[in-house]
This record gives sequence, structure tokens and C-alpha cells, in this order.
Amino acid sequence: MDSPGWNRRSFLKAAAAAGAAAAMPDIAVPEPQVKPDVPASSQSIRLKVNGTSRQLNVDTRATLLDTLREQMGMAGTKKGCDHGQCGACTVHVNGRRINSCLTFAVMHDGDEITTIEGLADAGQLSPMQAAFVEHDAFQCGYCTPGQIMSATALLREPVGNTDDDLREAMSGNICRCGAYPNILAAIKSVRSQHS
Amino acid sequence: MQPFSFTQARSEDEAMAQLRQNSRFIAGGTTLVDLMKLDVETPAHLVDINALSLNKIETLADGSLRIGAMVRNSDLAHDAAVIKNFPVLSQALLAGASAQLRNMATTGGNLLQRTRCYYFRDPAYAACNKRRPGSGCAALEGFNRIHAVLGGSEHCVATHPSDMAVAMVALDAVVHIRGPKGERQVKIEDFHKLPGTTPQIETVVEPGELITYVTLPKSAFSTRSAYVKLRDRASYEFALASAAVALDLNGKTIRSARLALGGVATKPWRSHEAEQALTGGQASDQAFRAAAEAAMKSARPLRYNGFKIELAKMALVRALNEAAQL
Repeated sequence: MDSPGWNRRSFLKAAAAAGAAAAMPDIAVPEPQVKPDVPASSQSIRLKVNGTSRQLNVDTRATLLDTLREQMGMAGTKKGCDHGQCGACTVHVNGRRINSCLTFAVMHDGDEITTIEGLADAGQLSPMQAAFVEHDAFQCGYCTPGQIMSATALLREPVGNTDDDLREAMSGNICRCGAYPNILAAIKSVRSQHS
Repeated sequence: MQPFSFTQARSEDEAMAQLRQNSRFIAGGTTLVDLMKLDVETPAHLVDINALSLNKIETLADGSLRIGAMVRNSDLAHDAAVIKNFPVLSQALLAGASAQLRNMATTGGNLLQRTRCYYFRDPAYAACNKRRPGSGCAALEGFNRIHAVLGGSEHCVATHPSDMAVAMVALDAVVHIRGPKGERQVKIEDFHKLPGTTPQIETVVEPGELITYVTLPKSAFSTRSAYVKLRDRASYEFALASAAVALDLNGKTIRSARLALGGVATKPWRSHEAEQALTGGQASDQAFRAAAEAAMKSARPLRYNGFKIELAKMALVRALNEAAQL
């Protein structure tokens, strides 16, 4: 390109320079604020996952999410943001939905955990799982286990009947493909069977 | 994540006894686990207090409501007595976080949650007086769109992120704290501290102390109350500006008012100026606008957050209209 005007590369270069010129705080390589003065420690806990009790030895730092996926080999529960901002890791603890990425496994000694692997009964999909299939309520599928665990839990929660009520109750589960309309349709179909 | 040792407490006494050097109590974990993953929080020991029996909501003989520190945000939001007598609290709780997080987060933990300031949450930034006292404040000259227009200092302009606490400020809540020297009670307005020169000190809670209860006194204004939250998306997002209001009306005459703001200040912000502007006058949109002006009179914008001043006024006027039901 021999034109003296803008081309894509020069535009990007100039934009980058302009961006750098806007005063942003310095980024320094962080020094650890506290040097580890405690050795790694582990504890023995009992988890009842999908009806089966398991005795496990877990590092205190292991989240419930990582324990399910890495130690118990149950990869149905997904890791999205790992900071409680996406809902992909939603599981039920003692019947209530939580983000399994923001809790340590050692905090759940004796608790009953239900994951996506525990919803089907003898190979028969749960009503919510079947409704997600029926309504094509996913595209890539990565958020789907969390969506279904949230949707299953909300059947037992005080949630109103309007679409807005349902969207609000499901706002803790992000879907980047944008399958929301069909997710909503799936939940509404199961709720109408319930009532 | 830094290694840590872990114990579980079955009683308040056990919880206090299990504390060691650089310990933290862990309840819902929604703030602490998050910040431990980011190496912002680096405790050497955690005391799990989830088994404590501080999980009840009780109406006391004097009509006040006693909320255990371990009551989950979802249980508090859906409690019949809260919905009926303190609607602003239920609304504020349901405006916060997501259903999953509300099932985890506790009353005591919510009061102690830490700021969402990006520079605080990312140790790659060298300057953060809250994280590393004396290191400076990256937000002052950085991208400060979400930061405070009220209560800031030249050392820190981070906002307090809670919705629940804003409603509690409007309800004259009292925080009950237990420590090695016994029990004490602190008005919620005095519970959170302004950053001043020590932004690393966020509340009056001392090391070794445990929040046990929050009480809400029975009042003439708590039933006529409302919460309005404005944010970048409709749900599952922190406030850019929020308002909690409670009114005691005699016809259209305002006998007393409580006004608190969230998302715009370094702590849950009670506006005595706006309360005074309303007290004794008639409830009207014009009076509400004047009160909103009074509330934001001392606001000082940073480079990117000037819009919050107008936004907070709108939140206040809308909340006042909803509470007054004119």
C-alpha cells in the first residue's frame, strides 16, 4: 500500500501509542506480600456426592469445584471464571445452589452435594435436563450444567411467575452464546408441569 | 494460593480459641476465597464458623429484629418479618449478587466484604494503600469510573460494595460484636470507617473479634421504605449508585426520614443533610429533589466518575417516591 493515508497497520500502531499515552498506573511485577510461613496442609473429609459417600484427603486450598473435577473425576461441573462471576460451577449443597468455585472442600465435611451427573435417574434425564434438550437451550454447552443446576434449584425457591422474575433468578448463570430465550422457555415448560 | 491451616468451630468460644497469628474467620467465603485466589488475602489459618448457631432471625419482645451473623442473605431476604416490617432490607439483599451467592453470603460477612476497586483486587498494581499501606493509590490518577465521590481521601477512593449494609444504615441497625474483652454494640453508621490516612482499616472490628448479631430496632419509618439500585446491567452487578430510604409520614408531612447511599461512597453513606432537608416538610417530588441536592452537595468527582453525582440524585428521588407512594 503506497498511499500516504491510513492503513490498518498504521492505524493500530497509532491507536496503541495513544492508548499508552493515556495515564494509566504503573504495573510492577508483584512481590509476594506474605512469604508462605505455613506448609501445605491437608485434611480428611467425607463428601456425599450424588448419593454416594466418599472419604477424601484434600489440600485445604482445594475448592469444592476442583475437588469434584480433579480428585473425584467428575468433570460435569464446569470451571468458567473461577471467581463467582459466571455460574458455570453451580452445584447443590444440602439442596441449595451455590458457586462451587468460592468454597473450600474442607468446609463441606459431611455435606450432601448434587452435581449435574446426579440429576438423571437410572439413565432417564431429569425433567429439566429433558426440557433443555427439547427447547434447544444451549449452543456450545459449556454453561449448561450450571444453568441446569440453577434452574433445578429455583423450582424449590420463592420465584415469581413473570419472565423478568425468572431472568432475575437465573442472572447468576452467564451464557456467552446467548441461549437465554430457549433457557427461559425450558424452565417455563418445567414449571408449568410442576404447578 | 498461599497454604493455610484450617479448623472448624462448633461454638463462639471455640471460634475465639482457635484463632492464631494471621487468622481469619471464614463464613460464606464469597469474598475471602475470591481474594485468596488473587493473593490479596493471605491468611495463614482459617477458622470455619459455618457450624455456629448464629443462624436464626428472631423478633424480640420489644419488636426489634435480631439477625444472627450466620443468616444467609437469601434466608434474610425471604424472611416474612423482614418483607413485612423492613422491606428496604429485603429489596437491597435481592438486588445484590446472584441467587447462588446469596445462598452462601452471610449477614456478618456481607458487612465485612471488601471493595471491588480493580487496583485493590490486582496485586500487579504496586500502588494500593488498602493492600499495601503507604504504597499510594493507583485509582486517583487511573480509571476511576466505579470509585467514590463521597468520603474519599488522597489515600483511597474505593467504594464499599454492599447493598445490604446501605439498607441497614437507613434502618438504624446495631452490630453486636464479641471479643476477648466481652461484647459490645456499635451503631451501623459508626461500624465502617472512612479511609482517611488508614484505608487498610475498614471497620471497627478488631483482630480476635467476631460479629454475632445485627439488630434492627422497631421504628415508625421502617415499613415505609425502599431500595433503588442503578448499575451497568439489570442484575448480578455492583451498584454505580444506590439509595435506601425510610419515611415516617403523617398524611403528607414527613415526621422523620432515613436516607443512605451505596456505590458512591467509601462506606455505606448516611445523609443527615438530606434527612434534615426533608424533616417537617411535605412529601413532594420537589422536596425529594431538594433533598437529593443536599445529599450530594459535598460530592467531589474524580476524572471518570462525575456521572455518579447525578445518578445518585436520581436513585434517591426514585427511592423516595417509591417509599412515599404519593
